[in-house]
Amino acid sequence: MDTKKLLGFAVFLLAVFVLVPLFIGATGRVDFFYTLTSVALLSVGAAGVWLTFYIGRINIGQGAYALVGGYVSAILVTQAGVSFWLTLPLAGLFCAAISVVIGLPILRLRGVYFAMVTLVLTEVARLSALALPVTNGAKGITSIPLPGELSFFGLTIIPAFGSLSNPRIGFYMMAVVLMVVTYLVLWRIVNSRLGHLCRSLQQNEELSASIGVNTAYLRVLAYAISSFFGGIAGAMFASIAQSIYPSSFVVADSVNFMLYCFLGGLGYVFGPMLGTLLLYFGWDLLSIAKQYQLLVYSGVMILLMLVLPNGVLSLLDKKEGRA
Amino acid sequence: MSTILQIKNITKRYGGLTAVNDVSFDVNKGEILSVIGPNGAGKSTLFKLISSFVPATSGEVLFNGERISSLAPHKVARMGVVRTFQETTIFRSMTVRENIIVSHHLRSRASLFGFFLGTKQAKDDEAAFAASADDIVDFLGLQAIRNELASNLPQGHLRALGMAIGLATDPKVILLDEPFAGMNHDETMKMVGLVRRLRDERGVTVLLVEHDMPAVMKISDRIVCINFGQKLAEGTPQEIRENEKVIEAYLGSEDAAIGM
Repeated sequence: MDTKKLLGFAVFLLAVFVLVPLFIGATGRVDFFYTLTSVALLSVGAAGVWLTFYIGRINIGQGAYALVGGYVSAILVTQAGVSFWLTLPLAGLFCAAISVVIGLPILRLRGVYFAMVTLVLTEVARLSALALPVTNGAKGITSIPLPGELSFFGLTIIPAFGSLSNPRIGFYMMAVVLMVVTYLVLWRIVNSRLGHLCRSLQQNEELSASIGVNTAYLRVLAYAISSFFGGIAGAMFASIAQSIYPSSFVVADSVNFMLYCFLGGLGYVFGPMLGTLLLYFGWDLLSIAKQYQLLVYSGVMILLMLVLPNGVLSLLDKKEGRA
Repeated sequence: MSTILQIKNITKRYGGLTAVNDVSFDVNKGEILSVIGPNGAGKSTLFKLISSFVPATSGEVLFNGERISSLAPHKVARMGVVRTFQETTIFRSMTVRENIIVSHHLRSRASLFGFFLGTKQAKDDEAAFAASADDIVDFLGLQAIRNELASNLPQGHLRALGMAIGLATDPKVILLDEPFAGMNHDETMKMVGLVRRLRDERGVTVLLVEHDMPAVMKISDRIVCINFGQKLAEGTPQEIRENEKVIEAYLGSEDAAIGM
């Protein structure tokens, strides 16, 4: 069982780090690097949303944290001259910190009430970005320099992106590393006591409190981790696009983060990753339907939720159940 | 016999409605004490007050002399006063064993971060929880359904699972909410035996709220009867049975029900 998992993990790493770049190199479709980088980063944000689902909260506010993370990184890089590599964790930590302040009151809400407040958060973040002086209003922050060199004691870990002949591969690699680390952390959370307690929270908060779980603390902790993921994803996006605007992440993005989780499966750690991939490419593929794109897309989504309420990954479970 | 739990002049008002009015009684260490009363007498509210799930309007609850009535529920549980719920309150999509294991939370010595990293302490804790969970499974006779999903269980087993969850927290006082509700005679007698063993073998003080009079009379060391939120009587089953106020509260036709 464990060797099987390790093997699967090795195959996955081989695929994303070697096979995909080779394949893209062979076909010459370099634009795929950009697409896959987006998928990887969106799936990092979706991983956070998934974790809030895991404690029984519908989170439609990840766009807010992605936007905040993007701005934190952009401002630190352009105005304070901080290295991008340092701003990446800082953006995550900043988002985690504000999510604690926001989460303490709103995480008392459940169900649709929590969902609605988080939905509003994205709009609040956008309006704040428009209004605050430090974010430069609607003009946003542009010409953010590419990430510089990351070195420890003179040893270069990551070369400066500006010096690369093809920074797109650099960004792809970076995003995939981020994704792999994120999902390892998520996997570890879910399979440790922390995850078991989150599940207990999802299934019955009162009972959870009665067995001595500090439910308020655990909710805020999960939400902070979730927002951390959102923040680093946003920071990476800003760096790749070399710009960030108040409209970089809007309500539709927040909704998409949630849909990725739904599509992949709320009961599976790797659900949001698969969901992101399918939905991102699915949308692009549907462009052949021209003006009916959104109609077909929505129809398929509704159908999927009816037929596979537990997500695409539940297909695997069914197969195992029959055998 | 020493007092483990003191309920002192506890009152709970919801707007103009007084659910529990100035109720006081003591619970002795190692006894089985039942709270009885007609429907709507305020029993459940009293239970929630003791486990601190709702804040009291006035009065207080002391556990070993320490005030617990203003603490958060998880802190009250941490001190050793643990409530069980009626049967629907379980972790539905976990197996019986998982339900019990996760409920060992209070016994963990590793931090959550330690569990995340998988430190030695965390691994020791997990092993101890698993062993203790198996122990509880044996104690309650749940071996046959240990790997069954909780949402698939019939009522009787759910009740036992609720008790198992309570036991996993290693309580000093356990509050059982209608442990015999909806059970037939045989099931009730089995449960009575189980509650006794809880006290005799595990040294847990038991406080229970119940409707089933024959079972209450059989199991209790002492009984507190409340009506309209007020304490009506307190005493041994024999004293309660002969108390006129209690008989009156249950209104003639119910005499048979309290074993008259």
